[in-house]
Parts: sequence; structure tokens; C-alpha cells
Amino acid sequence: MRKAPSFSSPKLDMNPMVDMAFLLVTFFMLTTTFKMPQVLSVNTPASFADTRLPEKDVITLTVSPEGRIFMDADGKFTRQKLLVRMGERYNLAFDEQQRAAFGLLGGFGMPVEGLAPFLNLSPEQRKLVVQPGIPADTVANQLADWLIQARLINPAFRVAIRADKDVPYDLVDQLIQTLLDQNITRFNLITDPKVQQSSKP
Amino acid sequence: MNARYTSPRLSDPDDPADRDARRNQPPVDMDMNPMVDMAFLLLTFFMLATTFSQPRTMEIVMPPKPEPQQELLEQPIKESKALTLILGNDDNVHWYRGVSEPQLHTIFYGADGLQPLLVRLNSEVSELVVLIKPLPDSRYENLVDVLDDLTLAGIERYALVAPTAADEALYLAGSTLQRNAP
Repeated sequence: MRKAPSFSSPKLDMNPMVDMAFLLVTFFMLTTTFKMPQVLSVNTPASFADTRLPEKDVITLTVSPEGRIFMDADGKFTRQKLLVRMGERYNLAFDEQQRAAFGLLGGFGMPVEGLAPFLNLSPEQRKLVVQPGIPADTVANQLADWLIQARLINPAFRVAIRADKDVPYDLVDQLIQTLLDQNITRFNLITDPKVQQSSKP
Repeated sequence: MNARYTSPRLSDPDDPADRDARRNQPPVDMDMNPMVDMAFLLLTFFMLATTFSQPRTMEIVMPPKPEPQQELLEQPIKESKALTLILGNDDNVHWYRGVSEPQLHTIFYGADGLQPLLVRLNSEVSELVVLIKPLPDSRYENLVDVLDDLTLAGIERYALVAPTAADEALYLAGSTLQRNAP
């Protein structure tokens, strides 16, 4: 009688794979910078431009289809300093809690007077508020003040315009004139990458 | 040497005492699979998050506004080298050459309209200067399309300027003409 062949269950040594996986996880975790949640999602126009936006020192101005302007400057501490300076400029005091909330805010579109009550809300409540946008008309150009103060804190700031593709041009022009008034003559337009040569009807 | 410390004794498979000790011990067998699953899940997440986060951008440089006292140092350009693009509210480009006798033509944006035209004109005219004049009710996308076509055609001399009253009149006349044509 022949003895049945005994199979030992195959044992794989997982350790090298685990080592490698965790090494890669660590690498990607350290290299990733997380995007702040966007307050406003806009449809940016597509283009063949393939320059990447720098990751640091960027002020993003988002323009909604109705022309509301939202601003976002990167860097938590930069934002907190910016709020204090704007408070001094407009004679408004912001307490510790409001400054902390502003540091975590990923973009805002409130006039500076409405900022204090807005910052007192919880993050969930803030999402429900319809923000009117930063005033940038010739009567009270608060956006210009935000840009001046931001560039005083960090002169390396670049301005990137992230406008919806359906924004009427006169609103974009108003924004560009505001930038030119601040001697910001070099700025970026954020676009979606266009995949292929598509023809328009 | 300090007598209190003994060097660790290496296990000897031939020693019966060691063999007994190992037999009595339950084998250590860790199930690594959940950990591997989690590691790869995180790996996938971070890999995808890194690649897709950077948007594309086009850079624009505009001339600074002149000071009120400062004299305007505008370099005159030859009429034959000027190409004006009026961006209308109908998602079309209206263009004319020169300044004094403008003849308005209408064309689409993109690969089967504006772009071949720009390539052709750029090869015909040396030092072509393009004036982009978006009308207030044109869309922002139109501007980006024009800038894109200019870049693809390899034209580097262009300026973003406000349309004059003459341009708007020309545009209105041109668009009524088209409306009556068919």
C-alpha cells in the first residue's frame, strides 16, 4: 500500500512585501499635501496648457458663475496673520478662537465685517451659509486690501484665478484691473487639462 | 567581566532540553493578511491623491498700469502687422486685419477655426501682433480658448485690451449682417 503524499500547506513569507508596502505608504504620506476642502466648486475651462501650479505661496481667487469672489491663501499661520492685519486695517478685533477657525478655513467669500459672526459658526453650519463673495468693486475694494496685506506677509505670493468658464468677461476684467492696481502684472489662470484635440461644433 | 550578566545561550537543536522547550511552546503564527490589505489600501489612496491634485495653469503677464503723471510710452505697431480678435457673446471670434479699413470675419474657436488661421497669418506676417478684445458679455472660457490657440500657434506677441467703441459698432454691424444673410 502506498502512502498518500502529504502536502504541507504553502507558507509565504509576507514580511518583505509588508516592509515594502509600508515604506511606500510612508513615502506617499510624507510627500502628499492635502488640499483644503473647496468652498465652491467651479467648472474651469479646459486648455492645453501643461504648466503645473506651484504648490506653495499661492493665493487662489475663485470666481463663481454669478461673479462672487472667494479667496484662499495657503498656509495656516499665514492666514491667521492675515486676519489679524485685516482686523487692524478695518478696526475689527478677532479673538483667539476666530483666528484658529480662520486658519483652518479653506477659502472664504465674506466681506470683512461679516467675517466674525461667520467664524463663530461650526464648520457644518458654515457650509450652509451662502457667502456673498469678497467685495471687489470700485466703491469698496476689500479684495485689494486682502491682496496688499497678504503680500506684505509673504512677498512671494502668486495670484491664481480660478474662474468658472461661464463668468461674463466684465467680471473677470474687474478682477484683473484690481490685480493691476496692486502692480500684480503676472498671474495664473487655472484650467482643466484638455485631453485631446477636440473640435468645437 | 561582571559575573551577574551571562551571555545569552544559543539554542542547540541537539540538546534534548531545548527540543522539549520548543515542543511545549505554541508556534507563533501571525496572520499578516489584514495588515497587508490595509497597507496596500493606504498605498493606493495616497498614490491617487498625489497624482491628481495639481491643476494646470496658464500664465499671463500684463503691462503695469501707467502712473497718472507718466507719459504713455506706447510703441506704435504697423497696421499691416496688427490682427484684432473681438470675442463676441455668441461663442465666436470676429477678426479683422489692420486698423483703418476693418473687414470683419467670423470664425470658430479651436482646431478647425481660429488656430489654423493664426498659424497661417503668423507664417505670412512677420512679427504679427494680436490684440485680444473680449466684449463685456463674452464668456471667460472664450478668453482661455483664444490664449490656448495663440500658444498652440506659437504667437507670443499679444495683448489683452479693452474694445473701443468702434470695435463694438463693428461687431454689432457684423452680427446683424450675419443674421440677415441666411
